[in-house]
Amino acid sequence: MKNEGLPSILVAAVSSLGIFIMLFILYFLVTEGIPVLREASLQKILLEKAWYPTETPPALGMSALIVGSFSVTLLSSLLAIPLSLLVAIFISDVAPSFLRDILKPVLELLSFLPSIVLGFLGMVVLAPWLQERFELLSGLNLLNASILLGIMSVPIIASLAEEALSSVPGELRDASYALGATRWETIRRVVIPWARPGILSACLLGVMRSLGETMVVLMAAGGAAIIPESVFDPVRPLTSTIAAEMGETPVGSTHYHALFFAGLILFFMTLAINMLSAWIESKGSVIRS
Amino acid sequence: MKGNVQIRSQNVNLYYGPAKVLKDITFDIFDHTVTALIGPSGCGKSSWLRCLNRMNDYIAGARVEGEILIDEHDIYARDTDVIALRRNVGMVFQKPNPFPMSIYDNVAYGPRLHGVRSREQLDGIVERSLRGAALWTEVKDKLTSSGIGLSGGQQQRLCIARAIATEPKILLMDEPTSALDPMATARIEELVRDLKKNFTVVIVTHNMQQAARVSDFTAFFLLGELVEYEVTTKIFTAPDDKRTEDYITGRFG
Repeated sequence: MKNEGLPSILVAAVSSLGIFIMLFILYFLVTEGIPVLREASLQKILLEKAWYPTETPPALGMSALIVGSFSVTLLSSLLAIPLSLLVAIFISDVAPSFLRDILKPVLELLSFLPSIVLGFLGMVVLAPWLQERFELLSGLNLLNASILLGIMSVPIIASLAEEALSSVPGELRDASYALGATRWETIRRVVIPWARPGILSACLLGVMRSLGETMVVLMAAGGAAIIPESVFDPVRPLTSTIAAEMGETPVGSTHYHALFFAGLILFFMTLAINMLSAWIESKGSVIRS
Repeated sequence: MKGNVQIRSQNVNLYYGPAKVLKDITFDIFDHTVTALIGPSGCGKSSWLRCLNRMNDYIAGARVEGEILIDEHDIYARDTDVIALRRNVGMVFQKPNPFPMSIYDNVAYGPRLHGVRSREQLDGIVERSLRGAALWTEVKDKLTSSGIGLSGGQQQRLCIARAIATEPKILLMDEPTSALDPMATARIEELVRDLKKNFTVVIVTHNMQQAARVSDFTAFFLLGELVEYEVTTKIFTAPDDKRTEDYITGRFG
């Protein structure tokens, strides 16, 4: 009892250090990003399409970049989430145990795949195929990047969702079977509702990964700062813009501040998704507690 | 006392992989009676119980030999509809396991699976089942709140209501009071005695007093064998087998 003071102070200090560092990063983003507003209004940045940051005067419209990030995240999630959930359900509730013992580690191994390897595959395999198959000018486009991001997030989402599904107590499955439910009815009515918060956070992590991913989109998305009209149009998400341009820009220039501002926009997009999921989760967890 | 045979177990052997868990179990259970299965842990009483609604189907390597007839139909025959069997043979588990949904939805789960859609009909089933499980008066004003929020004893009665909502003929109970306090246990026991009016109850119990209090017949299992099956009063006063006597007087187990 008498020594409780010191450890709890230590824990508090270490954890507040973590929070402090996060706050400092946010502070850094804000102070480096905000000066761009001297050159262009918030409205112009968010709503205008023209992104020519190195011209004089620079055109700093980021809406094409924001739509680029958004579209590639949305399309990749649409591709990845249904597939991941099917894989997760297959592993947790359908596959015989020997297959589960193989598939689960394979899935975890796949999630370690470096994104640059995927980007490379996108450039040398997927892009030529898309170009030929659909007779495009270039195979580096929204669809290409979304497929790669999808492939990248399937192992993450599936493996986390599988954990959520297998944490459902066996007694609940037994109770359902004992009432005459089939395997599918049990999955749909008991297992998935119970695991929903875990499945949701798995999907969310995948979405965030897609939103924040840089290398794959830099290599495979085509990099044109336009608003895509079809899945075969190239896009230039915020992340790849920052990665491609940060090395070329003088510190303290308008362009430099604009890129930090792009980072700030990404931060708020992530925050919005997080809050949305917290809201969904709080609605869903009423019945569980 | 003896009515019609409802469950007939004939030379039942159960294997989990190479291990033989049940050896040649042969006896008949009569309708509208409470039959208690007693015996030390690992004696096979729960395993035999789980043969009756084919819950062992989910255990890898489990294999049943012999015949189990329910209402003269072999439930391990090829043409057996397992879904229909389980509608007919309800089960209550050791640990209360209500679904994470409302009290109403818990009870309506089985009937909905079997195609009951009308709200009116479901309302009737839910009320009748909750009354049947002696829970109605306690929960009638909060049917939409979660089944998880109830006390352990209430949860177990909810599980009984859920099990009888499909109107089974047989109710299997696998140590239904082992996770409950004495008060809640007493209520469940009272309920079990009441349930035999409408159901044939087979109850596994660790507690010999409980077997003596609630059952009409008692089957004593030991090491996968059925040692003795008799009218409960006979088993507890003048058992034929020395091993039964040793067990009920507390020399082992």
